Amino acid sequence: MSRILKYRELLLVAIILVLIAAFSARAPGFASPKSLANIFNDTSILIILALGQMAVILTKSIDLSVAANLSFTGMAVAMLNSAYPEVPLPLLIAAALGIGAGLGAINGFMVWRIGIPAIVATLGTLTIYRGMAFVLSGGAWVNQTQMTPAFLNTPRLPVLGLPLLGWTALLVIAIIATVFTRTVFGRSLYAAGGNPTAALYAGVDVGRAKFFAFMLSGALAGLCGYLWVSRYAVAYVDIAAGFELDTVAACVIGGISTLGGIGSVGGAVLGALFLGVIKNALPVINVSPFWQMAISGLVIIIAVLFNARQERRKGRLILRDAAKSRPVRMETPVEGAAA
Amino acid sequence: MSVVQAVVQNSPPLLEMRGISKSFPGVQALDSVDVALFPGTVTALIGENGAGKSTLVKILTGIYQHDSGAIIIDGAPVHFTSAEAAIRSGITAIHQETVLFDELSVAENIFLGHAPRNRLGLVNWSAMNARAAALLTSIDAPISPYMRLKDLSIAQRHLVAIARALSVEARVVIMDEPTAALSYKEVEDLFRIIERLKRQGKAILFISHKFEEVYQIAERFVVLRDGRSIGAGLLAKTGQDEIVRMMVGRSVDHVFPKLDVAIGNTVLKVSGYSHPTEFDNISFELRRGEILGLYGLVGAGRSEFCQSLFGITRPSAGSLELEGRSVEIRSPADAIGAGIVYVPEERGRHGAVLQMPIFQNFTMATLGRTTRAGFLREAEEFALARRYAERLDLRAAALSVPVGTLSGGNQQKVVIGKWLATRPKVIILDEPTKGIDIGSKAAVHAFMSELAGEGLSVIMVSSELPEILGMSDRVLVMREGRMAGIWNREGLDAETLVRAATGNQ
Amino acid sequence: MSTLTAEKQPLRHIPDKLSTPVRRLLGSWETLLAAVAIAIFTANSLASPHFLDPWNLSDATYNFTEKAMIAFAMTLLIVSGEIDLSVAAIIALASTAMGAAAQAGFQTPALVGIGLSVGLLCGAFNGLLVAHIGLPSIVVTIGTMSLFRGIAQIVLGDQAYGGYPSSFAWFGQGYMSDFSWWPIIPGLEVVTFEIVAFLVFALLFGILLHRTIFGRWIYAIGNNAFAAQFSGIPVQRTKFILFLLTGVMSGVAAVCLTSRLGSTRHTIAAGWELEVITMAVLGGVSILGGSGSIPGVVLAAIVMGLVTFGLGLLNVPGIVMSIFIGLLLILVIALPMVVRRIRSRSAT
Ligand SMILES: Nc1ncnc2c1ncn2[C@@H]1O[C@H](COP(=O)(O)OP(=O)(O)O)[C@@H](O)[C@H]1O
Ligand SMILES: [Mg+2]
Repeated sequence: MSRILKYRELLLVAIILVLIAAFSARAPGFASPKSLANIFNDTSILIILALGQMAVILTKSIDLSVAANLSFTGMAVAMLNSAYPEVPLPLLIAAALGIGAGLGAINGFMVWRIGIPAIVATLGTLTIYRGMAFVLSGGAWVNQTQMTPAFLNTPRLPVLGLPLLGWTALLVIAIIATVFTRTVFGRSLYAAGGNPTAALYAGVDVGRAKFFAFMLSGALAGLCGYLWVSRYAVAYVDIAAGFELDTVAACVIGGISTLGGIGSVGGAVLGALFLGVIKNALPVINVSPFWQMAISGLVIIIAVLFNARQERRKGRLILRDAAKSRPVRMETPVEGAAA
Repeated sequence: MSVVQAVVQNSPPLLEMRGISKSFPGVQALDSVDVALFPGTVTALIGENGAGKSTLVKILTGIYQHDSGAIIIDGAPVHFTSAEAAIRSGITAIHQETVLFDELSVAENIFLGHAPRNRLGLVNWSAMNARAAALLTSIDAPISPYMRLKDLSIAQRHLVAIARALSVEARVVIMDEPTAALSYKEVEDLFRIIERLKRQGKAILFISHKFEEVYQIAERFVVLRDGRSIGAGLLAKTGQDEIVRMMVGRSVDHVFPKLDVAIGNTVLKVSGYSHPTEFDNISFELRRGEILGLYGLVGAGRSEFCQSLFGITRPSAGSLELEGRSVEIRSPADAIGAGIVYVPEERGRHGAVLQMPIFQNFTMATLGRTTRAGFLREAEEFALARRYAERLDLRAAALSVPVGTLSGGNQQKVVIGKWLATRPKVIILDEPTKGIDIGSKAAVHAFMSELAGEGLSVIMVSSELPEILGMSDRVLVMREGRMAGIWNREGLDAETLVRAATGNQ
Repeated sequence: MSTLTAEKQPLRHIPDKLSTPVRRLLGSWETLLAAVAIAIFTANSLASPHFLDPWNLSDATYNFTEKAMIAFAMTLLIVSGEIDLSVAAIIALASTAMGAAAQAGFQTPALVGIGLSVGLLCGAFNGLLVAHIGLPSIVVTIGTMSLFRGIAQIVLGDQAYGGYPSSFAWFGQGYMSDFSWWPIIPGLEVVTFEIVAFLVFALLFGILLHRTIFGRWIYAIGNNAFAAQFSGIPVQRTKFILFLLTGVMSGVAAVCLTSRLGSTRHTIAAGWELEVITMAVLGGVSILGGSGSIPGVVLAAIVMGLVTFGLGLLNVPGIVMSIFIGLLLILVIALPMVVRRIRSRSAT
């Protein structure tokens, strides 16, 4: 869409490649195709969640309830599976998407119809949804032995060297990229967050765009509920605790502006991959996993600083030659460059 | 021309607004307004600031809903619940403020909401870019459709807004003060576009203050005053004096009382003030008791320059002398300390804290005087507020009600009062009478003379020629961030200023 | 035409205020909260025979005193239009620092100094990023929330610090009657150090917000930061100081909490940021900035303390209690909005 965003993505790709190169110098197997596929697979859930979060952030909101939604939905489908093993998997996945979308819609409704600031609404539902997971399960775990093999193994099925979980992420990336760049809904997310007044003038319903962004984020969180439970083969109340922050981090690192209206799917995916590479590298280079939280915190701050430099409003550009001399490459060559 | 005349007389109106009323909290913005638009005809909507013109536009484009009355297209009543509905009915508009998206490309700004789509219903980017490029070429705007809007200048943004309005298949085209920020050549280009639209049989509603423009481009007119339609008819049969009378409701020479004031020594000397992107090399002197008018098109950089005098933005070059001593102003607090204060153009955004009580707004810049060791003393705050409220003849239910409950003119009095309490030497008034009713306007003008008479130096930014000509001792004109000249009051006429402001030599 | 000077009619008088103080008090959010507090108090004392025991009540205050002390500073911050999500992480980091210092043999005064200094430094870091560099506080403090707690996690791993000097325990466990000057009046012997600290800070922050220039600046900035800037108010400096205050108060809470628990894990005070914000919002602070009062937050702290204590007496598990807190947060924000909407709809 724009050169600066592409520039940001290239930068991220370069950083990720450098990281991989550096880590593989310490641990030779790190850059092998198998290991890389493994890292991607391991980051799949974060990628999917980050794309949902991105939809919300584009509209100038934030969804802090994604991890709680994931926990509740994961618990719900795990209990469904253990109670009714005969229910086919596609139906369970549909249920996960549906429950997640429903919880997301509750957030969206509060923001759209009541006008509660998104951060407060989702801070509230963050505790409520996780509390509901506790009420639903009575605090009990759903273990590997209680779930059906199909439920557990399908996402792990390797196809062309990548498990289905990773393919799911690729599919979600493709769908979301199409939705964001090529559909009316997707563009309305950018419009609603970029300039709500102008959006109103252009016939975009800002509140509705937010509602559907929350619903999308919720649906993807629900899907991840299933993916998470099957990946780790256990469901309990505290799964993915604090993971909402990682999704925000992935977006911020990927250049999605928390002021709304700026960001690309590629950025969010790369932001998630960046975190994924670091997470997978720490044990390889013998750093305690306890470092991870501080590192992602630091990276968030650096990324926000970096974003702010790009987003800085340039004023009104009243002087004509000031507008012309901006470092923007035009299609036409600059004349009289020597002058 | 004779063809157009025939059309004017024979065809039924394409669009009619009957008895449209709209109120905002505390303001009756429109009161039973009637407007008719005819195919192939330009109708000028004329009225003072705050007359309700933009509100009417927003109702026609589905952004506001009217309280009562009817909109009739081709004889059938319509009701717009959203901007999209109005576009679907074939109504398009260039709004007064350019409402566009900084972060999106020019092409998408033009087509957002009605982008070309392929068979799958997906946005067709290549078609969109191609059509945007064609549209921009057709209006002589050399702008790449791939550029991001935030890299465009103000005038270029206006061209994008015009392209956006023309990007839909519309039968009614509305232009709300489209020429306010355009240079002479760009206005000529715009008029060529309007002529073309006219030939295509579109009904055009053209809003402007400027009579030459109105007489040049429009056939019909409607005058609005205080939200009511005062008169309508053919421009060919109506003289300018008559329209002015309808607009103002009294004879104009009473609006701008300029008292004769003894001009003293130089108070403020500005030399070579510059900013990388907003203004360049501004120099002038301001004397005691003088009112310096700052004239220019909307977006000429006047507010930006004034804000840097007040310490909001820092200049990249230039110096300031106050009463012969060089001062450096790094923040508004510095400016206030030095005796320079600024009444901003956007009252609700920059001027008053609308949610806070009147008395707290009055004392906001002088809290040191109503406190002891940092502790507030309410009684003294009320006393200070009362002093300036009475001096400015404020109309309010109580001093503890929020400023937001006051009318525009009274809000302005609170902002001015806040600054007078600091006992300034130089007061900068940025569009001081924008959006306030005629009565308060006269009061503000009278008050400005009075302040000058007391020895204050005044810089008045205004886009209204009569105000500039009536009030200023000298006039500085800015064009695209640069000084276009400075003139004394004697023998100054409107034409000189307009020429300087638009760059039409 | 009339100029102001020429106007002959007498000046019209504008009253200072429209309603009487009593009227305003009766219609206020604080009054409503007080009524709610009394209702819950009555319900609790009817529901459980153990509730009215003074020692129990005194114990119950620990439910809210530490959080409330942060909530006072958070109130100022939210009124100014910013927010700090990192307060609980600051507690974790400050507590970790104190734990490490205790291991190294530092004594109580040094430990307190270290706790407060860490809070101050963390607050300064937030303030630098938000006020001076101009980054959005929500994202910044989400980042520092990870960073601060992450550092605690690096230091502690899954271990815990203990072994604080015995005199250190007084802040979170001590009674004022330990002092000889404390009056020997029946009933007053159950007053803890934390209750007194809570009341003193309530008073200090109340005065700061409602009675000083600085407090007025906070309201002006929160309602309209542009207009505040255009009035010569030092917006950046004010915000920076507010982040400092919030950091220091988190340090105070860290001292009290660490002293009360007697040990430090990296999960200490997990989720407190939410409860602190809920407390402020329940106290009538607008999350959008510009309005709120310290008396409201004091009452909200007491209400939340009573609810948790009451539910605890009924053996409701903690995570279910958090559902109530979450619901409470959403309801107190949503209700006025819904009521206003219904009113304005029926008005037209
Ligand atoms: N959104 C709004 N809320 C409150 N008052 C408004 C709003 N929009 C316009 N007004 C008021 O309505 C009146 C007409 O304004 P407007 O239509 O913008 O006038 P014009 O375009 O003729 O200058 C003014 O008094 C203005 O203050
Ligand atoms: Mg207008």
